[in-house]
Amino acid sequence: MKVANYIKNIFVGIWHLGQGMYVTMLNFCRPKVTQQYPENRGRREYGERFRALLTMSHDAGNHHKCIACGMCMNNCPNGTIQVVARTETDPATGKPKRVLDKHLYNLGSCIFCGLCVSVCPTGAIRFTNEFEHAVFTKERLLLQLNRPGSSLAPKPAPAPKPAAPAPGGGAASPEARTESKTE
Amino acid sequence: MWSFEKLTQWIDTSLHGCMSDGWALLVEFVLIGVAVLVAYALIALFLIYAERKICGFFQCRLGPNRVGKWGIFQSVADMIKILLKELVHIDRSDKVLFRMASFFVIIGSICTFGALPFAKGLQAIDFNVGVFYLLAVSSLGVVGILLAGWSSNSKYSMIGAMRSGAQLISYEISAGLSLMVIVVFSGTMQLSEIVAQQADGWFIFKGHVPACIAFLTYLIAGHAETNRGPFDMPEAESELTAGYHTEYSGIQFGFFYLAEYLNLFIVAAIATTMFLGGWQPLHIPGWEGFNHAMDCIPSLLWFFGKTCVCMFLAMWVRWSFPRLRIDQLLSLEWKILMPVCLLNLILMSVVVIL
Repeated sequence: MKVANYIKNIFVGIWHLGQGMYVTMLNFCRPKVTQQYPENRGRREYGERFRALLTMSHDAGNHHKCIACGMCMNNCPNGTIQVVARTETDPATGKPKRVLDKHLYNLGSCIFCGLCVSVCPTGAIRFTNEFEHAVFTKERLLLQLNRPGSSLAPKPAPAPKPAAPAPGGGAASPEARTESKTE
Repeated sequence: MWSFEKLTQWIDTSLHGCMSDGWALLVEFVLIGVAVLVAYALIALFLIYAERKICGFFQCRLGPNRVGKWGIFQSVADMIKILLKELVHIDRSDKVLFRMASFFVIIGSICTFGALPFAKGLQAIDFNVGVFYLLAVSSLGVVGILLAGWSSNSKYSMIGAMRSGAQLISYEISAGLSLMVIVVFSGTMQLSEIVAQQADGWFIFKGHVPACIAFLTYLIAGHAETNRGPFDMPEAESELTAGYHTEYSGIQFGFFYLAEYLNLFIVAAIATTMFLGGWQPLHIPGWEGFNHAMDCIPSLLWFFGKTCVCMFLAMWVRWSFPRLRIDQLLSLEWKILMPVCLLNLILMSVVVIL
Protein backbone atom coordinates (compact mmCIF):
# COMPACT_ATOMS: atom_id res chain seq x y z
CA MET A 1 0.00 0.00 0.00
CA LYS A 2 2.83 2.33 0.88
CA VAL A 3 4.43 1.85 -2.50
CA ALA A 4 1.12 2.45 -4.26
CA ASN A 5 0.66 5.65 -2.27
CA TYR A 6 4.17 6.77 -3.12
CA ILE A 7 3.59 6.29 -6.83
CA LYS A 8 0.16 7.88 -6.67
CA ASN A 9 1.62 10.91 -4.87
CA ILE A 10 4.14 11.43 -7.63
CA PHE A 11 1.47 11.52 -10.31
CA VAL A 12 -0.88 13.70 -8.24
CA GLY A 13 2.02 16.07 -7.64
CA ILE A 14 2.83 16.26 -11.34
CA TRP A 15 -0.84 16.87 -12.14
CA HIS A 16 -1.04 19.71 -9.63
CA LEU A 17 2.16 21.27 -10.92
CA GLY A 18 0.66 21.11 -14.39
CA GLN A 19 -2.44 22.90 -13.18
CA GLY A 20 -0.27 25.64 -11.65
CA MET A 21 1.65 26.07 -14.87
CA TYR A 22 -1.61 26.27 -16.79
CA VAL A 23 -2.76 29.16 -14.61
CA THR A 24 0.51 31.07 -15.05
CA MET A 25 0.39 30.47 -18.79
CA LEU A 26 -3.08 32.03 -18.89
CA ASN A 27 -1.63 35.07 -17.13
CA PHE A 28 1.29 35.13 -19.55
CA CYS A 29 -1.04 35.35 -22.53
CA ARG A 30 -3.45 37.83 -20.98
CA PRO A 31 -3.27 41.34 -22.45
CA LYS A 32 -1.40 43.68 -20.15
CA VAL A 33 -3.30 46.58 -18.65
CA THR A 34 -0.25 48.70 -17.83
CA GLN A 35 -0.58 52.28 -19.08
CA GLN A 36 2.63 53.72 -20.50
CA TYR A 37 2.47 57.36 -19.57
CA PRO A 38 4.15 59.66 -22.05
CA GLU A 39 3.00 57.47 -24.94
CA ASN A 40 -0.65 57.52 -23.91
CA ARG A 41 -0.67 61.28 -23.38
CA GLY A 42 -3.92 62.74 -24.63
CA ARG A 43 -5.49 59.34 -25.24
CA ARG A 44 -5.90 58.21 -21.66
CA GLU A 45 -9.18 59.05 -19.98
CA TYR A 46 -9.20 59.44 -16.24
CA GLY A 47 -12.06 58.90 -13.87
CA GLU A 48 -14.60 61.67 -13.27
CA ARG A 49 -13.56 61.94 -9.63
CA PHE A 50 -9.84 62.20 -10.28
CA ARG A 51 -8.59 65.35 -8.52
CA ALA A 52 -5.74 66.98 -10.36
CA LEU A 53 -6.09 70.73 -10.82
CA LEU A 54 -8.64 73.09 -9.28
CA THR A 55 -10.28 75.29 -11.88
CA MET A 56 -13.08 77.78 -12.07
CA SER A 57 -15.25 77.24 -15.10
CA HIS A 58 -16.08 80.25 -17.23
CA ASP A 59 -18.79 80.42 -19.86
CA ALA A 60 -18.52 82.05 -23.28
CA GLY A 61 -19.27 85.52 -21.95
CA ASN A 62 -16.39 85.28 -19.44
CA HIS A 63 -18.77 84.74 -16.56
CA HIS A 64 -18.07 82.52 -13.58
CA LYS A 65 -20.42 81.40 -10.84
CA CYS A 66 -18.36 82.43 -7.80
CA ILE A 67 -20.33 84.61 -5.36
CA ALA A 68 -17.24 85.26 -3.23
CA CYS A 69 -18.85 83.73 -0.14
CA GLY A 70 -15.45 82.45 1.05
CA MET A 71 -16.69 78.97 1.96
CA CYS A 72 -13.84 77.34 0.09
CA MET A 73 -11.29 79.56 1.81
CA ASN A 74 -12.75 78.78 5.25
CA ASN A 75 -12.94 75.08 4.65
CA CYS A 76 -9.47 74.71 3.20
CA PRO A 77 -7.39 72.76 5.75
CA ASN A 78 -4.11 74.53 5.03
CA GLY A 79 -4.88 77.94 3.63
CA THR A 80 -4.33 77.09 0.03
CA ILE A 81 -7.25 79.18 -1.20
CA GLN A 82 -7.55 82.90 -0.70
CA VAL A 83 -10.65 84.72 -1.87
CA VAL A 84 -10.09 88.43 -2.34
CA ALA A 85 -13.42 90.24 -2.60
CA ARG A 86 -14.76 93.78 -2.46
CA THR A 87 -18.17 95.10 -1.53
CA GLU A 88 -20.21 96.83 -4.16
CA THR A 89 -23.65 98.32 -4.13
CA ASP A 90 -26.06 96.57 -6.40
CA PRO A 91 -27.44 99.28 -8.76
CA ALA A 92 -30.76 97.45 -9.12
CA THR A 93 -31.64 96.87 -5.50
CA GLY A 94 -29.30 99.30 -3.78
CA LYS A 95 -28.07 96.59 -1.38
CA PRO A 96 -24.34 95.95 -0.68
CA LYS A 97 -23.03 92.83 -2.34
CA ARG A 98 -19.70 90.95 -2.31
CA VAL A 99 -17.96 90.74 -5.65
CA LEU A 100 -14.99 88.47 -6.41
CA ASP A 101 -11.72 90.23 -7.12
CA LYS A 102 -9.23 87.37 -7.15
CA HIS A 103 -9.60 83.70 -6.38
CA LEU A 104 -6.01 82.79 -5.43
CA TYR A 105 -5.04 79.15 -5.32
CA ASN A 106 -1.61 77.84 -4.31
CA LEU A 107 -1.10 74.57 -6.16
CA GLY A 108 2.10 73.95 -4.21
CA SER A 109 0.33 73.49 -0.90
CA CYS A 110 -2.94 71.96 -2.08
CA ILE A 111 -3.55 68.48 -0.67
CA PHE A 112 -6.35 67.73 -3.13
CA CYS A 113 -8.82 66.87 -0.40
CA GLY A 114 -11.71 68.25 -2.41
CA LEU A 115 -13.41 70.04 0.52
CA CYS A 116 -13.58 73.34 -1.39
CA VAL A 117 -15.43 71.74 -4.27
CA SER A 118 -17.92 69.94 -2.07
CA VAL A 119 -18.81 73.05 -0.01
CA CYS A 120 -19.11 75.44 -2.95
CA PRO A 121 -22.78 76.55 -2.94
CA THR A 122 -22.86 77.41 -6.63
CA GLY A 123 -20.56 74.79 -8.14
CA ALA A 124 -18.18 77.47 -9.35
CA ILE A 125 -14.99 75.49 -8.85
CA ARG A 126 -14.22 71.92 -9.77
CA PHE A 127 -11.29 69.58 -10.23
CA THR A 128 -10.09 68.74 -13.73
CA ASN A 129 -7.81 65.97 -14.96
CA GLU A 130 -4.78 68.06 -15.91
CA PHE A 131 -2.14 66.52 -13.71
CA GLU A 132 1.12 67.67 -15.32
CA HIS A 133 2.02 70.24 -12.70
CA ALA A 134 5.80 70.27 -12.72
CA VAL A 135 7.32 73.75 -13.00
CA PHE A 136 10.72 75.14 -12.16
CA THR A 137 9.82 77.87 -9.68
CA LYS A 138 7.44 77.97 -6.75
CA GLU A 139 5.95 81.24 -7.95
CA ARG A 140 4.48 79.55 -10.99
CA LEU A 141 2.39 77.36 -8.71
CA LEU A 142 0.48 80.40 -7.45
CA LEU A 143 -2.60 80.46 -9.64
CA GLN A 144 -5.46 82.86 -10.02
CA LEU A 145 -8.58 80.89 -10.86
CA ASN A 146 -10.87 83.64 -12.14
CA ARG A 147 -9.88 85.03 -15.48
CA PRO A 148 -9.05 88.73 -15.75
CA GLY A 149 -12.12 90.84 -16.42
CA SER A 150 -14.54 88.05 -15.61
CA SER A 151 -17.71 88.66 -13.67
CA LEU A 152 -20.49 86.82 -11.93
CA ALA A 153 -22.95 85.18 -14.26
CA PRO A 154 -26.33 86.96 -14.24
CA LYS A 155 -28.93 85.14 -12.25
CA PRO A 156 -31.17 82.93 -14.33
CA ALA A 157 -34.87 83.74 -14.16
CA PRO A 158 -36.20 82.38 -10.86
CA ALA A 159 -38.05 79.16 -11.22
CA PRO A 160 -41.77 79.41 -10.48
CA LYS A 161 -42.37 78.42 -6.89
CA PRO A 162 -44.58 75.40 -6.41
CA ALA A 163 -47.75 76.07 -4.46
CA ALA A 164 -46.98 73.79 -1.54
CA PRO A 165 -43.31 72.98 -0.82
CA ALA A 166 -42.73 69.32 -0.07
CA PRO A 167 -42.54 68.71 3.69
CA GLY A 168 -39.03 68.22 5.05
CA GLY A 169 -37.34 68.62 1.71
CA GLY A 170 -35.95 72.03 0.89
CA ALA A 171 -35.60 71.00 -2.73
CA ALA A 172 -37.82 73.82 -3.85
CA SER A 173 -35.45 76.68 -3.14
CA PRO A 174 -32.85 77.23 -5.84
CA GLU A 175 -29.97 77.58 -3.32
CA ALA A 176 -30.71 74.20 -1.78
CA ARG A 177 -30.89 72.62 -5.18
CA THR A 178 -27.47 73.78 -6.26
CA GLU A 179 -26.05 72.81 -2.90
CA SER A 180 -27.30 69.28 -3.14
CA LYS A 181 -25.96 69.05 -6.66
CA THR A 182 -22.43 69.91 -5.68
CA GLU A 183 -22.32 67.48 -2.79
CA MET B 1 23.10 21.60 -44.56
CA TRP B 2 25.87 24.21 -44.39
CA SER B 3 28.67 23.23 -42.05
CA PHE B 4 30.78 25.60 -40.01
CA GLU B 5 33.67 23.25 -40.70
CA LYS B 6 34.34 25.11 -43.99
CA LEU B 7 34.86 28.36 -42.10
CA THR B 8 37.05 26.82 -39.41
CA GLN B 9 39.05 24.89 -42.03
CA TRP B 10 39.62 28.06 -44.01
CA ILE B 11 40.83 29.92 -40.89
CA ASP B 12 43.09 26.99 -40.04
CA THR B 13 44.70 26.74 -43.49
CA SER B 14 45.15 30.47 -43.89
CA LEU B 15 46.78 30.70 -40.44
CA HIS B 16 49.11 27.83 -41.23
CA GLY B 17 49.92 29.52 -44.53
CA CYS B 18 51.32 32.68 -42.95
CA MET B 19 52.98 31.45 -39.73
CA SER B 20 54.59 28.41 -38.14
CA ASP B 21 52.48 25.60 -36.66
CA GLY B 22 53.02 26.61 -33.04
CA TRP B 23 52.01 30.21 -33.61
CA ALA B 24 49.01 29.16 -35.67
CA LEU B 25 47.84 26.93 -32.83
CA LEU B 26 48.29 29.77 -30.33
CA VAL B 27 46.34 32.20 -32.50
CA GLU B 28 43.58 29.63 -32.88
CA PHE B 29 43.42 29.15 -29.12
CA VAL B 30 43.11 32.89 -28.61
CA LEU B 31 40.46 33.19 -31.33
CA ILE B 32 38.38 30.40 -29.83
CA GLY B 33 38.75 31.85 -26.35
CA VAL B 34 37.63 35.28 -27.52
CA ALA B 35 34.72 33.79 -29.47
CA VAL B 36 33.56 31.75 -26.47
CA LEU B 37 33.82 34.72 -24.11
CA VAL B 38 31.98 37.04 -26.49
CA ALA B 39 29.23 34.49 -27.04
CA TYR B 40 29.06 33.96 -23.28
CA ALA B 41 28.61 37.66 -22.59
CA LEU B 42 26.10 38.19 -25.40
CA ILE B 43 23.98 35.21 -24.37
CA ALA B 44 24.04 36.39 -20.76
CA LEU B 45 22.85 39.86 -21.79
CA PHE B 46 20.11 38.38 -23.93
CA LEU B 47 19.04 36.01 -21.17
CA ILE B 48 18.86 38.70 -18.52
CA TYR B 49 16.64 40.77 -20.80
CA ALA B 50 14.49 37.76 -21.74
CA GLU B 51 14.13 36.71 -18.13
CA ARG B 52 12.97 40.15 -17.02
CA LYS B 53 10.58 40.47 -19.92
CA ILE B 54 9.10 36.99 -19.48
CA CYS B 55 8.89 37.44 -15.73
CA GLY B 56 7.00 40.67 -16.33
CA PHE B 57 4.57 39.00 -18.69
CA PHE B 58 3.92 36.19 -16.23
CA GLN B 59 3.13 38.79 -13.59
CA CYS B 60 0.86 40.82 -15.89
CA ARG B 61 3.44 43.57 -16.25
CA LEU B 62 5.31 44.81 -19.31
CA GLY B 63 8.85 44.32 -18.05
CA PRO B 64 11.65 46.72 -19.03
CA ASN B 65 10.35 49.05 -21.73
CA ARG B 66 12.30 52.31 -21.49
CA VAL B 67 15.88 51.76 -22.72
CA GLY B 68 15.59 51.41 -26.46
CA LYS B 69 12.59 50.04 -28.26
CA TRP B 70 10.83 47.55 -25.94
CA GLY B 71 13.74 48.02 -23.53
CA ILE B 72 16.12 45.88 -25.54
CA PHE B 73 19.16 47.78 -24.29
CA GLN B 74 18.16 47.44 -20.66
CA SER B 75 20.67 44.70 -19.91
CA VAL B 76 23.44 46.63 -21.70
CA ALA B 77 22.71 49.58 -19.43
CA ASP B 78 22.72 47.25 -16.43
CA MET B 79 26.06 45.84 -17.50
CA ILE B 80 27.61 49.32 -17.76
CA LYS B 81 26.21 50.17 -14.36
CA ILE B 82 27.58 47.04 -12.73
CA LEU B 83 31.01 47.60 -14.30
CA LEU B 84 31.17 51.09 -12.82
CA LYS B 85 30.14 50.07 -9.33
CA GLU B 86 32.45 50.08 -6.36
CA LEU B 87 33.84 46.81 -5.01
CA VAL B 88 33.00 47.03 -1.33
CA HIS B 89 35.77 45.91 0.98
CA ILE B 90 34.57 43.29 3.47
CA ASP B 91 36.08 43.55 6.92
CA ARG B 92 37.96 40.43 8.11
CA SER B 93 37.07 38.42 5.04
CA ASP B 94 39.52 36.01 3.48
CA LYS B 95 40.56 38.26 0.63
CA VAL B 96 42.21 35.70 -1.62
CA LEU B 97 39.39 33.16 -1.41
CA PHE B 98 36.80 35.92 -1.59
CA ARG B 99 38.15 37.09 -4.94
CA MET B 100 38.78 33.59 -6.21
CA ALA B 101 35.27 32.34 -5.51
CA SER B 102 33.53 34.32 -8.23
CA PHE B 103 36.15 33.15 -10.72
CA PHE B 104 35.62 29.53 -9.76
CA VAL B 105 31.91 29.88 -10.45
CA ILE B 106 32.36 31.59 -13.77
CA ILE B 107 35.23 29.37 -14.96
CA GLY B 108 33.11 26.32 -14.24
CA SER B 109 30.33 27.58 -16.42
CA ILE B 110 32.62 28.86 -19.20
CA CYS B 111 34.36 25.47 -19.41
CA THR B 112 31.02 23.73 -19.80
CA PHE B 113 29.86 26.33 -22.28
CA GLY B 114 32.97 25.88 -24.44
CA ALA B 115 32.40 22.16 -24.98
CA LEU B 116 28.86 22.41 -26.32
CA PRO B 117 28.16 21.61 -29.98
CA PHE B 118 26.46 24.80 -31.12
CA ALA B 119 25.97 23.97 -34.77
CA LYS B 120 27.20 21.64 -37.45
CA GLY B 121 30.97 21.80 -37.23
CA LEU B 122 30.90 24.44 -34.52
CA GLN B 123 32.27 22.78 -31.43
CA ALA B 124 35.43 24.01 -29.77
CA ILE B 125 36.49 20.64 -28.39
CA ASP B 126 34.98 17.21 -28.90
CA PHE B 127 36.00 14.88 -26.08
CA ASN B 128 35.29 11.19 -26.35
CA VAL B 129 33.99 11.48 -22.77
CA GLY B 130 32.01 14.64 -23.49
CA VAL B 131 29.07 13.93 -21.20
CA PHE B 132 31.40 13.03 -18.36
CA TYR B 133 33.36 16.24 -18.94
CA LEU B 134 30.19 18.36 -18.86
CA LEU B 135 29.10 16.83 -15.56
CA ALA B 136 32.54 17.14 -14.04
CA VAL B 137 33.18 20.74 -15.02
CA SER B 138 29.73 22.03 -14.21
CA SER B 139 30.15 20.83 -10.63
CA LEU B 140 33.19 23.08 -10.27
CA GLY B 141 30.71 25.85 -9.49
CA VAL B 142 29.91 24.25 -6.12
CA VAL B 143 33.48 24.89 -5.01
CA GLY B 144 33.12 28.55 -5.90
CA ILE B 145 29.84 28.85 -4.05
CA LEU B 146 31.19 27.18 -0.92
CA LEU B 147 34.30 29.39 -1.06
CA ALA B 148 32.14 32.48 -1.45
CA GLY B 149 30.09 31.55 1.59
CA TRP B 150 33.10 30.66 3.69
CA SER B 151 35.28 33.64 2.86
CA SER B 152 32.63 36.35 3.19
CA ASN B 153 32.68 36.36 7.00
CA SER B 154 28.91 36.51 7.09
CA LYS B 155 26.38 34.10 8.55
CA TYR B 156 23.94 34.61 5.72
CA SER B 157 26.56 33.72 3.15
CA MET B 158 27.70 30.72 5.13
CA ILE B 159 24.22 29.24 5.53
CA GLY B 160 23.38 30.03 1.92
CA ALA B 161 26.55 28.34 0.71
CA MET B 162 25.94 25.26 2.83
CA ARG B 163 22.40 24.93 1.56
CA SER B 164 23.57 25.50 -1.97
CA GLY B 165 26.29 22.90 -1.62
CA ALA B 166 23.83 20.34 -0.29
CA GLN B 167 21.39 21.13 -3.06
CA LEU B 168 23.85 21.15 -5.94
CA ILE B 169 25.61 17.97 -4.93
CA SER B 170 22.29 16.15 -4.43
CA TYR B 171 20.76 17.21 -7.69
CA GLU B 172 23.92 16.49 -9.62
CA ILE B 173 23.16 12.80 -9.00
CA SER B 174 19.78 12.99 -10.69
CA ALA B 175 21.12 15.09 -13.53
CA GLY B 176 23.96 12.64 -14.09
CA LEU B 177 21.68 9.61 -13.94
CA SER B 178 19.27 11.19 -16.42
CA LEU B 179 22.11 11.81 -18.84
CA MET B 180 23.35 8.25 -18.28
CA VAL B 181 20.04 7.03 -19.70
CA ILE B 182 20.92 8.62 -23.01
CA VAL B 183 24.50 7.39 -22.79
CA VAL B 184 23.16 3.86 -22.33
CA PHE B 185 20.81 4.31 -25.25
CA SER B 186 23.32 5.81 -27.66
CA GLY B 187 26.32 3.79 -26.48
CA THR B 188 28.66 6.77 -26.54
CA MET B 189 29.68 9.72 -24.42
CA GLN B 190 30.98 11.78 -27.31
CA LEU B 191 28.67 14.76 -27.87
CA SER B 192 29.21 14.92 -31.64
CA GLU B 193 28.39 11.22 -31.94
CA ILE B 194 25.26 11.61 -29.78
CA VAL B 195 24.08 14.47 -32.00
CA ALA B 196 24.89 12.52 -35.16
CA GLN B 197 22.82 9.57 -34.00
CA GLN B 198 19.78 11.81 -33.74
CA ALA B 199 19.74 12.71 -37.44
CA ASP B 200 16.79 10.43 -38.20
CA GLY B 201 14.85 11.16 -35.02
CA TRP B 202 15.55 12.89 -31.75
CA PHE B 203 16.21 10.72 -28.72
CA ILE B 204 13.10 11.95 -26.99
CA PHE B 205 11.08 10.36 -29.83
CA LYS B 206 13.37 7.41 -30.53
CA GLY B 207 14.14 6.54 -26.93
CA HIS B 208 10.69 5.24 -25.97
CA VAL B 209 9.31 6.04 -22.48
CA PRO B 210 12.60 6.09 -20.54
CA ALA B 211 13.97 8.96 -22.65
CA CYS B 212 10.86 11.06 -21.95
CA ILE B 213 11.13 10.39 -18.21
CA ALA B 214 14.84 11.17 -18.33
CA PHE B 215 14.14 14.44 -20.14
CA LEU B 216 11.70 15.43 -17.41
CA THR B 217 13.99 14.44 -14.55
CA TYR B 218 16.93 16.17 -16.21
CA LEU B 219 14.94 19.38 -16.56
CA ILE B 220 13.97 19.27 -12.88
CA ALA B 221 17.45 18.36 -11.65
CA GLY B 222 19.14 20.81 -13.99
CA HIS B 223 16.79 23.54 -12.91
CA ALA B 224 17.68 22.84 -9.29
CA GLU B 225 21.36 22.95 -10.20
CA THR B 226 21.04 26.48 -11.53
CA ASN B 227 19.87 27.66 -8.08
CA ARG B 228 16.78 29.24 -9.55
CA GLY B 229 13.29 29.31 -8.12
CA PRO B 230 11.47 27.20 -6.92
CA PHE B 231 14.82 25.77 -5.84
CA ASP B 232 16.38 29.11 -4.88
CA MET B 233 16.78 28.15 -1.23
CA PRO B 234 20.41 29.34 -1.13
CA GLU B 235 19.33 32.83 -2.13
CA ALA B 236 16.07 32.92 -0.20
CA GLU B 237 15.98 36.70 0.05
CA SER B 238 13.40 36.75 2.82
CA GLU B 239 15.67 34.87 5.20
CA LEU B 240 19.22 35.02 3.87
CA THR B 241 19.21 38.41 2.08
CA ALA B 242 20.99 36.94 -0.94
CA GLY B 243 22.64 33.74 0.24
CA TYR B 244 26.21 33.08 -0.76
CA HIS B 245 26.66 36.30 -2.74
CA THR B 246 25.33 38.62 -0.04
CA GLU B 247 28.68 40.32 0.49
CA TYR B 248 29.64 40.64 -3.16
CA SER B 249 29.34 43.87 -5.03
CA GLY B 250 30.09 45.33 -8.40
CA ILE B 251 31.54 43.06 -11.03
CA GLN B 252 32.23 40.24 -8.57
CA PHE B 253 28.52 40.01 -7.99
CA GLY B 254 28.13 40.37 -11.72
CA PHE B 255 30.14 37.19 -12.22
CA PHE B 256 27.76 35.23 -9.99
CA TYR B 257 24.81 36.74 -11.76
CA LEU B 258 26.27 35.98 -15.19
CA ALA B 259 27.09 32.42 -14.17
CA GLU B 260 23.56 31.87 -12.90
CA TYR B 261 22.06 32.86 -16.24
CA LEU B 262 24.64 30.98 -18.25
CA ASN B 263 24.04 27.88 -16.17
CA LEU B 264 20.42 28.17 -17.19
CA PHE B 265 21.55 28.30 -20.80
CA ILE B 266 23.96 25.40 -20.32
CA VAL B 267 21.33 23.18 -18.73
CA ALA B 268 18.94 23.98 -21.57
CA ALA B 269 21.69 23.38 -24.13
CA ILE B 270 22.65 20.02 -22.64
CA ALA B 271 18.99 19.00 -22.58
CA THR B 272 18.81 20.06 -26.24
CA THR B 273 21.93 18.15 -27.19
CA MET B 274 21.05 14.98 -25.34
CA PHE B 275 17.29 14.75 -25.85
CA LEU B 276 16.16 17.15 -28.57
CA GLY B 277 18.73 16.34 -31.20
CA GLY B 278 21.21 19.19 -30.69
CA TRP B 279 21.50 21.14 -33.94
CA GLN B 280 19.78 18.39 -35.97
CA PRO B 281 16.65 19.59 -37.76
CA LEU B 282 13.33 17.89 -37.14
CA HIS B 283 13.10 14.88 -39.44
CA ILE B 284 10.08 12.67 -39.80
CA PRO B 285 10.86 9.41 -41.60
CA GLY B 286 8.99 9.18 -44.89
CA TRP B 287 8.18 12.87 -45.30
CA GLU B 288 10.90 13.79 -47.82
CA GLY B 289 9.61 17.26 -48.70
CA PHE B 290 9.15 18.21 -45.07
CA ASN B 291 12.61 16.94 -44.16
CA HIS B 292 14.14 18.89 -47.00
CA ALA B 293 12.38 22.09 -45.91
CA MET B 294 13.63 21.57 -42.36
CA ASP B 295 17.17 21.17 -43.67
CA CYS B 296 17.04 24.69 -45.11
CA ILE B 297 16.95 26.22 -41.61
CA PRO B 298 20.56 26.73 -40.42
CA SER B 299 21.77 24.38 -37.71
CA LEU B 300 22.70 27.28 -35.43
CA LEU B 301 19.07 28.42 -35.46
CA TRP B 302 17.86 24.92 -34.67
CA PHE B 303 20.16 24.70 -31.69
CA PHE B 304 19.28 28.09 -30.28
CA GLY B 305 15.59 27.64 -31.00
CA LYS B 306 15.40 24.40 -29.05
CA THR B 307 17.52 25.86 -26.28
CA CYS B 308 15.21 28.86 -26.05
CA VAL B 309 12.22 26.55 -25.72
CA CYS B 310 13.93 24.72 -22.84
CA MET B 311 14.89 28.03 -21.20
CA PHE B 312 11.35 29.29 -21.54
CA LEU B 313 10.18 26.15 -19.75
CA ALA B 314 12.63 26.87 -16.95
CA MET B 315 11.43 30.47 -16.64
CA TRP B 316 7.83 29.35 -16.73
CA VAL B 317 8.52 26.99 -13.83
CA ARG B 318 10.43 29.64 -11.96
CA TRP B 319 7.60 32.15 -12.06
CA SER B 320 4.90 29.58 -11.34
CA PHE B 321 5.86 27.81 -8.16
CA PRO B 322 6.62 28.90 -4.61
CA ARG B 323 9.98 28.14 -3.07
CA LEU B 324 10.61 24.74 -1.51
CA ARG B 325 11.80 24.47 2.07
CA ILE B 326 15.28 22.98 2.45
CA ASP B 327 14.06 19.64 3.82
CA GLN B 328 11.38 19.38 1.14
CA LEU B 329 14.05 20.20 -1.40
CA LEU B 330 16.30 17.38 -0.26
CA SER B 331 13.52 14.85 0.21
CA LEU B 332 12.31 15.59 -3.32
CA GLU B 333 15.74 14.66 -4.58
CA TRP B 334 16.61 11.69 -2.39
CA LYS B 335 13.16 10.16 -2.00
CA ILE B 336 11.60 10.77 -5.39
CA LEU B 337 13.90 12.00 -8.11
CA MET B 338 16.84 9.68 -7.51
CA PRO B 339 14.80 6.44 -7.20
CA VAL B 340 12.88 7.40 -10.30
CA CYS B 341 16.13 8.06 -12.16
CA LEU B 342 17.63 4.74 -11.07
CA LEU B 343 14.52 2.81 -12.09
CA ASN B 344 14.50 4.71 -15.34
CA LEU B 345 18.11 3.74 -15.97
CA ILE B 346 17.25 0.08 -15.42
CA LEU B 347 14.25 0.44 -17.69
CA MET B 348 16.41 1.94 -20.41
CA SER B 349 18.96 -0.86 -20.04
CA VAL B 350 16.17 -3.38 -20.49
CA VAL B 351 14.94 -1.52 -23.56
CA VAL B 352 18.44 -1.49 -25.04
CA ILE B 353 19.00 -5.20 -24.35
CA LEU B 354 15.67 -6.11 -25.92
